[in-house]
Amino acid sequence: MKVRVLSQWLPGHVRTPGYLRGKVGTIERSVGTFNNPEQNAYRLTPTKNRLLRVRFRMSEVWGPRAENPDDVVEAEIYEHWLEPFNAS
Amino acid sequence: MPHDHHEPLSPSGHPYRADDDRDLTYWQVMEIAVRELLIEKGHVSATQIQDQINTMDARSPANGARLVAKAWTDPAFKYALIEDAGQATREMGFDIGPMHLIALENTEEVHNVIVCTLCSCYPRNLLGLPPDWYKSRAYRSRAVVEPRKVLSEFGLEFNQKIQIRVHDSTADMRYIILPYQPADSVGLSEAELANWVTRDSMIGVGLPRPPA
Amino acid sequence: MGGDPAGKIDHEQHDFALWEKRVDALLVISSSAGLMNTDSLRRVLEDMGEETYENMSYYERWISSICQNMIEVGAFSTLELATKMEIIKSRGATYGDAS
Repeated sequence: MKVRVLSQWLPGHVRTPGYLRGKVGTIERSVGTFNNPEQNAYRLTPTKNRLLRVRFRMSEVWGPRAENPDDVVEAEIYEHWLEPFNAS
Repeated sequence: MPHDHHEPLSPSGHPYRADDDRDLTYWQVMEIAVRELLIEKGHVSATQIQDQINTMDARSPANGARLVAKAWTDPAFKYALIEDAGQATREMGFDIGPMHLIALENTEEVHNVIVCTLCSCYPRNLLGLPPDWYKSRAYRSRAVVEPRKVLSEFGLEFNQKIQIRVHDSTADMRYIILPYQPADSVGLSEAELANWVTRDSMIGVGLPRPPA
Repeated sequence: MGGDPAGKIDHEQHDFALWEKRVDALLVISSSAGLMNTDSLRRVLEDMGEETYENMSYYERWISSICQNMIEVGAFSTLELATKMEIIKSRGATYGDAS
């Protein structure tokens, strides 16, 4: 399943790396639910959010800068940072 | 009275950081103050702190090397490790606390490498504390954009047909790499094989090699 | 940080000093005591700003963040902290003397 990382910039603590925002990847696996770090960071009672491992092609992330377009980078992204992506 | 709190010699042969016998720094004063206040207020005990230090000191890459060697010699264990590395590790007797562990297998077609671009996440409850370079800005900035160049600085060159997979430990998972077993190590015992597995090979910036 | 320009990787390695191991232990124990968590550690580290990566060491940044978290959660007051730090400084000139 293809997903796009939200291209949003929030003040405060987030665990979604800047270099992946707005990028399209494929869900590699779901790893369960975990405390939302954006609430946990302020010691608020956190919600439990699904965490997904997403695989991105280097060409998608870096464009022509990629050393090899077929290499990949994989990262754990919380579901609330992902939206479905349809290539059409 | 320098050095009265730890062994004078480093177990690994690396120099200790400037510590007991240098001028007290502001941050060292803060560490002592936070520790003593937390103890006085009953939040922690001195014993707990020392026990935790001992626990971390006992963790080392040798733990991971034992896992890898077992996976190389026992296909059922390798399968279990890739299915659920945390459970397989605990069943082997390692206390990894609440850590969520994923094992990634290197093959003839795929080479995995681990980084934490956001901070310094590392499978510390199995392998001990990360090396200094792992926490450096240089490694954390570059590993996701030019992994092949970074790997070449570690002495590893891969042809373009091998896919490099960089794993950014962005959240709650921790990773260990199951290196590809060198052909000339096939047939050795599990105990012998463990000596081939280096810390760097379990991070993905090294390969297994014969013991020196 | 991922993707930012950066230089060669420095492979020099040090063992951890006792005070650094204590900082590490304080994070683990104060987290299991419910006083803070890994995200609250990181939040303060990030709020300290990029330049602290250059002018503070790894565990200097950590103790600063742990201390900030302890004040926020009410484990001790800033007055208690200041008083304690003065007492510690008066004990001697080295870490061994003061701890």
